[in-house]
Amino acid sequence: MLDRIVTNAHYGLRDWLIQRITAVVMALYALFIAAYLLWQRRLDYDTWTALFSNNVVRSFTLLFLLSVFYHAWIGMRDIVMDYVRPAGMRLAIHVAVILALLMYVIWSVQILWGM
Amino acid sequence: MKFRIYRYNPETDDAPYMQDYDLSIDAGDKMLLDAILLIKEQDDSLSLRKSCREGVCGSDAMNINGRNGLACITQLSELKQPIELRPLPGLPVIRDLVVDMTQFFKQYHSIKPYLVNNDPPPETERLQSVTARAELDGLYECILCGCCTTACPSFWWNPDKFVGPAGLLQAYRFLADTRDQATAERLDNLEDPYRLFRCHSIMNCVDVCPKELNPTRAIAKIKDMMVKRIV
Repeated sequence: MLDRIVTNAHYGLRDWLIQRITAVVMALYALFIAAYLLWQRRLDYDTWTALFSNNVVRSFTLLFLLSVFYHAWIGMRDIVMDYVRPAGMRLAIHVAVILALLMYVIWSVQILWGM
Repeated sequence: MKFRIYRYNPETDDAPYMQDYDLSIDAGDKMLLDAILLIKEQDDSLSLRKSCREGVCGSDAMNINGRNGLACITQLSELKQPIELRPLPGLPVIRDLVVDMTQFFKQYHSIKPYLVNNDPPPETERLQSVTARAELDGLYECILCGCCTTACPSFWWNPDKFVGPAGLLQAYRFLADTRDQATAERLDNLEDPYRLFRCHSIMNCVDVCPKELNPTRAIAKIKDMMVKRIV
């Protein structure tokens, strides 16, 4: 097949915007954790499990982790776009990254609700 | 004054090399281009592009001590010696300091760098308000010298797909023009992971622009327009 240059995949804006929104979620969560650690006099296993037994904290943490994973997906794809040329290898890396991130999602839920 | 200049003639040389030149001149208020032309008097095999010699035509863009700029408006006295001159990075070299700008202009043409207006032409000009005209300041001054685009790592990796800072500055120049009627098509043309969104705000373009324009700001404004369109 002739190697024609193909562009206009129409997801540029969506991913760019999602990367920014997930960054805001990550920043808010980082502030929340930093504030919690600063205000906590005593930090041991009990206070830590107490914090994460709260369903709001668990949900917020999961939201944060999902943001990290989606943010990472866009970032990884950006790197692959720049440095990996053959389409087959690119697809293989994309699939590997997506599967790994999906595993992390399942693992995160297990950790957060399995304690 | 000492110079080190990139030399490459694909017809006779196996590989590019750096050639040293010595000029016994006073920097004074001379520009770099004056010195290069004196070197060319010594060695007329040295090739470069130049035309207006006053920063208007954009022909003599080159890499000067590691930084892209126009030789004709670069003060000799401000340069550290030996002054190292190379062709613009990221484009094929035709000979010495002359590069093949085909890819650069292909990207420029891909954004339709002309006013699209299907209304019948009025008897006089298509008038703009003072504020609408002011939006074009900092955009229309681009001379397409290629300094910004060839300093951009995103363009180095994807010159065939990423429009590059010069092209995107011009894309915004027509998006910002109240007389233009193709706004939606122009945005569609750029809404792609490569054409616009390969820009990661590295800002080499802003750093090197000899006309002190700001392509990164223009690119951010295009992104703003796209966001406004969907929300």
